[in-house]
Amino acid sequence: MLNAVPLPAVLTLAAALFCVGLFGALSRRNLIGVLMGVELMLNAVNINLVAFWRYFEPRYITGQTFAIFIIAVAAAEAAVGLAMVIAVYRHYVSVNADEIDQLRG
Amino acid sequence: MEVVVQIVFGLIALFILVAAVMVVAVRNVIHSALWLIACFFGVGALYLLLEAEFLAVVQVLVYVGAVSVLILFAIMLTRQISGEGSRQLTARWPVVLAITVLLFATVMAPTLINQQWNVPPAPPLGTPEPLAGPAELGRGFVNEFLIQFQVVGVLLTVALIGAIVIAFEERARRRKVLTLAEELELKRLRARDAQVATPEPIEAEPVAQETRPANKG
Repeated sequence: MLNAVPLPAVLTLAAALFCVGLFGALSRRNLIGVLMGVELMLNAVNINLVAFWRYFEPRYITGQTFAIFIIAVAAAEAAVGLAMVIAVYRHYVSVNADEIDQLRG
Repeated sequence: MEVVVQIVFGLIALFILVAAVMVVAVRNVIHSALWLIACFFGVGALYLLLEAEFLAVVQVLVYVGAVSVLILFAIMLTRQISGEGSRQLTARWPVVLAITVLLFATVMAPTLINQQWNVPPAPPLGTPEPLAGPAELGRGFVNEFLIQFQVVGVLLTVALIGAIVIAFEERARRRKVLTLAEELELKRLRARDAQVATPEPIEAEPVAQETRPANKG
């Protein structure tokens, strides 16, 4: 893997995935679509961390640990975010991000 | 051997990117979530290729197992049939597309490719490489990363309680939510009503029929 695929290839893949996720998060109308874009971006960041771990210091666990913590935080974010989407839907009867324009309940 | 790895990497990269593009481009939200699961699987395969086996397993367990099920449940709880089939992107999506493409093409890709990465040389083929595996990870979680580990545990608990509090609804304030069958029937009746009303607007019978299933539940 180290000799076959250069590090910039993996990083470029992660950057492309990040950009796709950014596009999704900024341009989907559905709130759940926005959250899916955020998940894509978090995955791209994780790919970066694992690639740096593998290419630079494979004998230390720091990179993998960081990636695992990010996965845990992403899971917490998804749970809270989707609960908020459900609460918003209950109030507005819509999950369209453009129709939701006030924080008051 | 190297060519095989390159081909596998290329296939995985293609799979991840196609799945990600489908996630943001597909109209149906459920299809979008299924493509997201495919993308998570692709990222897990990439972790395997990068020899982070434990992370690949965690990826499949947490993302494919938990997060995507959560997303699918949220879609099922918030879906309106009437909103299906309409456009899924905001009106400003060309601007966003231009910004993201420019960000990738002018900032990210040139930086990553032109940067001098001082990657330490890989050991020659045949010699086992000292790779940190699950055993070292477990040892790290009870030694040097103990505090972070505990903090993440607290964070997950707080997020769980917070999600319940946010999504909780008192019984007294609960409003009637139509089931899928009732909603479909209402939609069909509305469509038939519109069809009937255009040629013969005087006829009163379909209007009386239309009010019946609305208060059925």
